Amino acid sequence: MDAVLFYVFAVLAVVNAVLVVAQRNPVYSAFCLIAVLCCLSAIYGLLGSPFIATLQIVVYAGAIMVLFLFVLMLLNVKREERSPGDGVRLKAAGFLLCAVLVAQAGAVLLRARPGGTGAAAYDASTRRMAEILFSPYFLYAFEATSVLILSAIVGAVVLAKKEL
Amino acid sequence: MDAPGFLQHALLLSLLLFGIGALGVFLRRNVITIFMCVELMLNAANLAFVAFSRAHGTLDGQVLVFFVMVVAAAEAAVGLAIVIALQRHRDTLDVDAFSLMRW
Amino acid sequence: MEGLTELQVELLAATVKVLLVVGVLLGLFSGMTYVERRLLAFMQFRLGPNRTGPLGLLQPVADGIKLFFKEELMPAAANRLAFLGAPVVAIATAFMAVAVIPYGPPFEAFGRRWQIQIADLDVGLLFLFAISSLGVYGIVMAGWAANNKWSLLGGLRSAAQMFSYELSLGLSFVGVILLAGSFRIADIVDRQAGGFWNWNAIVQFPAFLVYSIAACAEVSRTPFDLPEGESELVAGFHTEYSSMRFALLQMAEYVNMITVAVLATNLFLGGWHPGVPGLPAEGIPGFVWFSAKVGLILFVFIWLRGTLPRFRYDQLMSFGWKVLIPLAVLNILATAAVVALARR
Repeated sequence: MDAVLFYVFAVLAVVNAVLVVAQRNPVYSAFCLIAVLCCLSAIYGLLGSPFIATLQIVVYAGAIMVLFLFVLMLLNVKREERSPGDGVRLKAAGFLLCAVLVAQAGAVLLRARPGGTGAAAYDASTRRMAEILFSPYFLYAFEATSVLILSAIVGAVVLAKKEL
Repeated sequence: MDAPGFLQHALLLSLLLFGIGALGVFLRRNVITIFMCVELMLNAANLAFVAFSRAHGTLDGQVLVFFVMVVAAAEAAVGLAIVIALQRHRDTLDVDAFSLMRW
Repeated sequence: MEGLTELQVELLAATVKVLLVVGVLLGLFSGMTYVERRLLAFMQFRLGPNRTGPLGLLQPVADGIKLFFKEELMPAAANRLAFLGAPVVAIATAFMAVAVIPYGPPFEAFGRRWQIQIADLDVGLLFLFAISSLGVYGIVMAGWAANNKWSLLGGLRSAAQMFSYELSLGLSFVGVILLAGSFRIADIVDRQAGGFWNWNAIVQFPAFLVYSIAACAEVSRTPFDLPEGESELVAGFHTEYSSMRFALLQMAEYVNMITVAVLATNLFLGGWHPGVPGLPAEGIPGFVWFSAKVGLILFVFIWLRGTLPRFRYDQLMSFGWKVLIPLAVLNILATAAVVALARR
């Protein structure tokens, strides 16, 4: 049952990802990307991480993509038109480069095998995540992200203002 | 998800999504669409992290996913502010128009 | 139950629960439209609908028939897919939120213990936060699809209002979660057993305040109903919708309102526990206390609508970001300090 669901969501994710790249209208691309994010969230749930699955929806699909849609709608971005520079050679070169990239990454990644304590004693509950996140190992990174977010807020406001 | 082959399948999906995102970054010309393809690549990396975390039985991968999400959010905010500033400056969102620093 | 495997029993139970909850919610939705119009009328010193049927009780039926037979218009330059999909997204997210909340005490039947909750998730409250984040998309799609500048502005304003107040909504949950030590809503309700002094509305009063205001703004009820105010921006994001699609958008809004009221009851007002120790909390009496509390909150929503003027948009946004979020964060700080010290 789990495997069937995984394949369903995987196929949906790939189809929507192709649509993100292939659509001419960026707003449609944004909606397809939201669909990809939701499929990935379901896959995280299937991989046993409920916290990351809900966080994916809250942060990515619920906040970042809303920001994208706002910018697209306020800037009234139109369909992308074909330009004379878009030749077949450019597209072929792009495909080739990506294929090389994926092949190289695949050659390394697909050799991986499950290791460590294995999937048997897997406890991905929020409590366990919190214990690790607030342990001395990750605590500094956690506090640093708050500074990162603050600087991002200030930066975004300053950049987007019309007059300072 | 206890089938022994799940790591391979999840990694394959991650690779596919990463490849499609990279293709989008190469081929598209609208700045915001390129940005969305970058987000797609980030998500592919997140999927790889979660799959490995599950395969090794530790939660370190998931904590990294948490941080990747935070950084992606901050990056999206600043990036889109830059896009708004670009649009205001040049009235176009075509990447080929911003070629001042090319030789 | 004999003769059925565990999986089949679960599926059957889930189907029955879904039909029950959805049916009750739809009935409640049409009942609410009637009750709201009547109560608003009484508050405004007039009678409201009292002609259709005895006491006007058939008014929702008449409204339904009218909406069903109205012509469905779609602007020529509208974006077909998004125009048709927006009400679907709105109602889908509304009902997804419905699925994880308990609607009454657990009870015994057929030798098992059942909970009136379609999906009892361990991260129930976090899931609710996620679904409310997705609820923004129905509005954004509706506003954008109609190819109408008033719709777009109304949709964007409404979406901005929704996710601004979503932050304070989520932050107000955190104090409650800290006290209960779990994301499961049933656990949070059970923490409030005993006397009414255990209720989170008293123990976590600032969080209750923040939640009430943020919930009102989340569902776009007065005084936060600027995005759909009839005299502003024509009719906001649902300007171009008519007939059944409009009915779906209204249904999504009312179901959201009921969800928020039920959530307030579960998280802050003790759920199905009576405030007086000694009275039964299970079975039918528990359900009676629960329904009474939900009814009270819905009445307060209608009361607010009849009493308060609406906020201007900039007042609304500044209040959400500059007042509610700091208040919610201070509440979290105080609660976390108390919990950490008590654990010593």
